[in-house]
Amino acid sequence: MSQVKSVMIVGVGGQGTLLASRILGSAMLRKGCDVKVGEVHGMSQRGGSVVTYVRYGEEVFSPVIEKGEADVLLAFEQLEAARALPYVKPGGLVVANTQQIDPMPVVTGAQGYPRGLLEAMEGQGVLVEPVDALALAEEAGSQKAVNVVLIGAMARRLEPDESLWLEALRDCVPERFYEMNEKAFRLGWGA
Amino acid sequence: MKRLLLGNEAVARGLYEAGVRVVSSYPGTPSTEITEAAAKFPELACEWAPNEKVAAETAAGAAIGGARSFCAMKHVGLNVAADPVFTMSYIGVNAGMVLAVADDPGMHSSQNEQDSRHYAKAAKLPMLEPADSRECKAFTKLAYSLSEEFDTPVMLRLTTRIAHARGVVECGGREEAPLREYQKDPAKNVMLPAFARPKHEKVEARTKALAQWAESCGINRIEDNGAEIGVVCAGAVYQYAREALGDKANYLKLGMVYPLPEKLIRDFAALCKTLYVVEELDDFIESHCKALGVPVTGKERFPRCGELSQRIVQKALTGEEAPAPALGAPLPVRPPVMCCGCPHRGLFYVLKQEKVYVSGDIGCYTLGASAPLSAMDACICMGASVSALHGYNKARGEGAAKKAVAVIGDSTFIHSGVTSLIDIAYNKTNSTVIILDNSITGMTGHQQNPSTGFNIYNEPAQAVDLEALCRAVGIRRVRVADPYDLGLTRQALREELAAEEPSVIISRRPCALLKTVQHNPPLQAAPEKCVGCKACLGIGCPAISMKEGKAHIDPTQCVGCGVCVSLCGKGAIG
Repeated sequence: MSQVKSVMIVGVGGQGTLLASRILGSAMLRKGCDVKVGEVHGMSQRGGSVVTYVRYGEEVFSPVIEKGEADVLLAFEQLEAARALPYVKPGGLVVANTQQIDPMPVVTGAQGYPRGLLEAMEGQGVLVEPVDALALAEEAGSQKAVNVVLIGAMARRLEPDESLWLEALRDCVPERFYEMNEKAFRLGWGA
Repeated sequence: MKRLLLGNEAVARGLYEAGVRVVSSYPGTPSTEITEAAAKFPELACEWAPNEKVAAETAAGAAIGGARSFCAMKHVGLNVAADPVFTMSYIGVNAGMVLAVADDPGMHSSQNEQDSRHYAKAAKLPMLEPADSRECKAFTKLAYSLSEEFDTPVMLRLTTRIAHARGVVECGGREEAPLREYQKDPAKNVMLPAFARPKHEKVEARTKALAQWAESCGINRIEDNGAEIGVVCAGAVYQYAREALGDKANYLKLGMVYPLPEKLIRDFAALCKTLYVVEELDDFIESHCKALGVPVTGKERFPRCGELSQRIVQKALTGEEAPAPALGAPLPVRPPVMCCGCPHRGLFYVLKQEKVYVSGDIGCYTLGASAPLSAMDACICMGASVSALHGYNKARGEGAAKKAVAVIGDSTFIHSGVTSLIDIAYNKTNSTVIILDNSITGMTGHQQNPSTGFNIYNEPAQAVDLEALCRAVGIRRVRVADPYDLGLTRQALREELAAEEPSVIISRRPCALLKTVQHNPPLQAAPEKCVGCKACLGIGCPAISMKEGKAHIDPTQCVGCGVCVSLCGKGAIG
């Protein structure tokens, strides 16, 4: 546990990255780690690129993750995955939702949505695990559960104790949505 | 019990544990969650005030009245609250009063990057600066004992990375601070010149006493690792320095950033061969050290603009950089945008089409400045849209006034727009003001305000009648338009610009993200009817894009607001 692990979570405002970071933070707190979660609220939440940082280990100082420091990148969207690539350590893991959300320059037609981003990232010395989280979230019962599917997909690769994660999930989601979210988590876990 | 709390939530926890009774704030990123979290404790009487000045005065009155009190604001909110704060420094307190100010280095959600530490010095108030959530709680509690011991309001400075970072906090119980007795004491509480003069003397003596306290208070501490390099730092920067340099440096970690110690700094300097002051924004601590004649390096190595980080500290002090992978090609940017179904979008589309000068303000609708709407000419601060339009029209005359508007949200109008509207009515310019009433304070994450009809607890509350208020200050032409109806919005705009007197248009439609707002099924663009003219892209809705030459509406994003329907000349959207 002495080594501090850094997980960067990126996506588009409104996708629920904050909940994902809270579930991860809660799981690691339950495991007995020191934890820091860096969030950004406010203007950037309005459909812009959003970034949260989760760091855990014996003693964590900085709440932010800088270029070349992330052990794991959890990306909710392909373009955001590519944007955050410089933050991943060489040899780091990228768990990436295959979903594409057009940013404004693509919406207006000023630029095209880049093709083959995840493949290009593989070529940069990181391990990319693509997940079709939107389809799995729909299978679980709600498109909004994309975040929990992705946490599930990353969780298995970070910490094999599934019960720890389910307790953390219970800490962070309202009781009435727990069952659906547990389904989403398990679908992600198996992905 | 250990919990993972935001710095802001930890401050709220500190308020609860310190026996605070009255909390009054105006929302502002990154400070908002303190008051939201405080409102979850039934022992604290919390409220959203109309603006920061009102909030600070409410807290001041509560402290005079014998209750531990609190107010929170973002850095620019402190500009609004500065007037009572400077004089409360003279008055001091009965029960403790703490004012939290959250700076935003890097301007994640702000219009400037001011360094609020200067306020502590200017108002002669002690300022504490926590470096993580644990300290947020601990320093909040300490601030109350300090406030009562030294008879002064205490400022608590946060920055975005402290306010919005979660850390592990040990939560304790509430220690009640009973209401203190109130005794009439004009010499203490009435700041007439005759009473204020001796108070100024007391304030100067108090600052000296606090500087003495700073020498041995425990929250200013030396970490001696036997290193040659010494780093003087506070707040988030302490964490960056520890991350970057570990045991390779000694640290003077300051928990109180005003007043600063003297002997402690000299003692620390004596331990180190090379001394650095690492701080975000201005050279506040550095100037103090240099004034003492202690040789330090600071802004020669570190930027004044933007946030610092462990990498910036590492690079500046060791020259080391970490390898990082990257893709060669530049990626399309993803700036924040108005949400799908945002009621502001229709209004800004009309403003752009009508090619008017738009005097802007602070809120979600500031995003109307971005492409493709690009319908904003100036934006200064809360409430400035209205008065700056008045000034613009005074300068440029009638012709300009007929092609110029101000846009201001409901919450911002209540905050400080109404006084500007009084100026328009009283000092008469033919100005057209548009109040964007989306029934909530949006950008900061949905706080109630005096115009929504609900208080911080979502209980029914007295609602300001915006139409009646505008009429009461002397605006005779007041009308309401639905921004989803582009035709009527355009008609209202043209008629009010043409009118020979000042007018107010209330563009009214609740925020599409409100839980009470029912969404329609997503719309579809029929490919056989779409001619690919891209007219629908003009409103900048994130749900609409072109796919293989035809308009495509993303069903996961569209809320069926229908604004795009009226833009399509071919009837392809439905």
